[in-house]
Amino acid sequence: MDDDAEIIAEFLVESHENLDQLDRDLVALEQDPGSRDLLSSIFRTIHTIKGTSGFLALGRLEQLTHVGENLLSKLRDGEMLLTRELTGTLLVMVDAVRALLAVIEETGGDADTTVDIVSVMDALTAAMEAPAEPAQAPASAAPAQVAAPVAPIEPAVLTEPAQSDAPAVPVQPTAPANETPDDEPRRGVADSSVRVDVDLLDDLVQLVGELVLTRNQILQRTEGREDVELLRAAQRLDLVASELQEGIMATRMQPIGQVWSKMPRIVRDLANQLGREVDLDMQGHDTELDRSLLEALRDPLTHLVRNALDHGIQTPAERIAQGKPAKGNLHLKASHESGQVVVEISDDGRGIDPVKIAEAAVRRGVITHEAAARMDPREIVNLVFHAGFSTAEAVTNVSGRGVGMDVVRTNIERIGGTVDITTRKGEGTTVRVRIPLTLAIIPALIVAQADERYAIPQANLVELVKIEGEALTRDIEHLAGAPVLRLRGHLLPLVSLGVVLGEEQAQSDALTVIVVQADDIRFGLCVDDVHDTQEIVVKPIGRQLKSLGMYAGATIMGDGRVSLILDVPGLARDRNLTAVPTAVVATQTATDDTTALLVMEISSGRRAAVPIVEVSRLEEFDAAQVEPSGLEEVVQYRDGILPLIRLASTIGLPETPGEPSRLNVVVHEFGDPASPHRVGIVIDRVLDVVETTVTRSDVGRRPGVFGSAVVQERVTDLVDLSAVINRIGVGA
Amino acid sequence: MSTTSTSSLHCTFRVAGLDFGVAVEDVQEVLRHQEMTPVPRSPEAVRGLINLRGQIVIALDLRLRLGLPARAADERPMNVIVRNRGEVVSLLVDDIGDVIDTSEHRLEPVPSTVPLTIQGAVRGVLSLPDSILLVLDPDRAVDVPTAPDATGGTP
Repeated sequence: MDDDAEIIAEFLVESHENLDQLDRDLVALEQDPGSRDLLSSIFRTIHTIKGTSGFLALGRLEQLTHVGENLLSKLRDGEMLLTRELTGTLLVMVDAVRALLAVIEETGGDADTTVDIVSVMDALTAAMEAPAEPAQAPASAAPAQVAAPVAPIEPAVLTEPAQSDAPAVPVQPTAPANETPDDEPRRGVADSSVRVDVDLLDDLVQLVGELVLTRNQILQRTEGREDVELLRAAQRLDLVASELQEGIMATRMQPIGQVWSKMPRIVRDLANQLGREVDLDMQGHDTELDRSLLEALRDPLTHLVRNALDHGIQTPAERIAQGKPAKGNLHLKASHESGQVVVEISDDGRGIDPVKIAEAAVRRGVITHEAAARMDPREIVNLVFHAGFSTAEAVTNVSGRGVGMDVVRTNIERIGGTVDITTRKGEGTTVRVRIPLTLAIIPALIVAQADERYAIPQANLVELVKIEGEALTRDIEHLAGAPVLRLRGHLLPLVSLGVVLGEEQAQSDALTVIVVQADDIRFGLCVDDVHDTQEIVVKPIGRQLKSLGMYAGATIMGDGRVSLILDVPGLARDRNLTAVPTAVVATQTATDDTTALLVMEISSGRRAAVPIVEVSRLEEFDAAQVEPSGLEEVVQYRDGILPLIRLASTIGLPETPGEPSRLNVVVHEFGDPASPHRVGIVIDRVLDVVETTVTRSDVGRRPGVFGSAVVQERVTDLVDLSAVINRIGVGA
Repeated sequence: MSTTSTSSLHCTFRVAGLDFGVAVEDVQEVLRHQEMTPVPRSPEAVRGLINLRGQIVIALDLRLRLGLPARAADERPMNVIVRNRGEVVSLLVDDIGDVIDTSEHRLEPVPSTVPLTIQGAVRGVLSLPDSILLVLDPDRAVDVPTAPDATGGTP
């Protein structure tokens, strides 16, 4: 239903535009009755409206335009010549069409009989049947003169054709339209939207990009100045530029429905071709994203839909044999989720068998046997994104050429998105595509290497780690010359940005590691220094540099200098990290008994620690966000409610006096990983993350505390989180 | 009218002792030395990126592009900004000359003794009274042969 409404709205906008053109054409035709061009154009317009209205089951509109089209075809083919009277009749028809469109906009259909189409159709038919020849001389001779020749046909139709700019006058049918029921000056579809040249929009985005850069520059220069007026102006500029940026970006937003409108046809054709029966269900048509992204998404989504039909949904016979309904379901869903657009394509077909995938991957040399054995099914399934991978038994012209998923992923990554698959053998597959909302302006972390700054898109960032002193030798190891970092029990390959950029490997006494992620590859990028996070405007770099995969573009910094934007997947490819699935990276270093602990400060300087694996996130909340709920304190968190536990008082320590304005909270998740319970543990602050062998002593053992240990040469309480939660009774 | 589509007005400049010209229609502007951001591992001729009023422009060193000896470190090149196929590229040259009218001279083929690296980027030569002007073909001059990556690769 939603669907139809959208199609009708589009049809209305288009038809209104066409009718305006028609008015102009008819009037021009009166001046130049012989013009075949004009006649053809008019004919086409009416023909289009007729065709679409037939398609949309708007019967009355179709009837009316059908008769009009007949008359126009006679005119176009030279069987009749246009006279003033005929023009009048045609204009009356145009008005009737308009009136019908208004009714459609109002009611969604054209059944409303307040618009009289019968008399208009009669007039049109009469005009066609009447001998038209006699009119030719006067009509073509003196169109500008007021004195209209005596009309040979249907004098009633043309009251005052000379006022050709006021086509509303002639006959009744338009009258009801003019007095449409509601008097509220509601803007019609055609009035409330404007068609804008895409180039113009692109230019505006460019300009607004400039403005944002200039604003950054001004803000940087005014920082710390005394001049209050200047500061105020700079702030205003900041505000206006931000809003303008948002506004311009919004103009480029288009609903994903544009891509989806093509899907029913594709699915229908494919289903026929492949002998499948498919129910297509689409949700979230109005989810909007930047038009450039929408363009880039079109092919990958189409490919995924094709795949779902070809590889996913089985033939009706197969389905029935498996106890499924003969008709398969294909489900497309788009939604906004924390600044990203998420598109899901799910089917209830045969799913993907990880065993088969692993076999194929080993056979094709994508991974080794050993690697396959270590990977979990989910990682194995994601191998289908590797280049040259295809398990289709026969190459069909639908999919299975082994380039598809690889290209899908490359295309989605190119626009800063990610794609992953979840599947259950025999039950179906869901492909989830995440894409940023806009492409042109992105948040990025600015880092320094040698004398230059580089930008890393925020979307790729995981965390920052600083390693100094003895940790440098303890945590970093070299495997066959390749440095890896032990990070909370996992091994992380390290890549030196300097080396990637062609510098000599330098030794230093501290290492700044930026943990970055591009799909299934996570690695640590070592840089000289980290600056701040900024909104940057992505600009292309010339085709001369296209072969350099490690750059995603360039941007202009606040001081006017150009900085390169690093392409994280490109860096990984450059270092040949693609072949290292996370499973290998994530192998537990189970050989030694060290535990990674989060060390916290509570109760006026006391120390407490929890294993880092128990910590899902660290958050900071404004004290004002805390709301009471029964006896508990809660905050709103990720569309839900997060109960808070004050750690100190729960484990029998006095709370630090005074209420801070910000609360440091350790978020702990437990229960079913798919829909976990969360609690927020309120602490004073996080002191450190240490990896250490814990020798527990029973000193200080009490409810909520396992005991204590010496961590970093200080006695530290080891918190028993489950007991803490139980004491409070949260989530039980 | 000349037999080629070349303009009769040429913007001239010197590169490693040679006189070059490029049709004025292809030149957007000429700038003094600009601050540049180097692009690690780019082809040698790409000297960096310039912020040209908010547009990011690649600076190509014509000396290196044409296989001529590199400029001394203390010499600051000038930027000839050319517009080509919708892209704007800065050509780094040693010195800027005048804009000259060459309508009285005919474009001749490049003598075959001229190094191939130069021939490949030049449309032809104009034999002027006091010099020989090599007329650049911006289409080809702004392209860099993507030589295999010489630095930084994994051993």
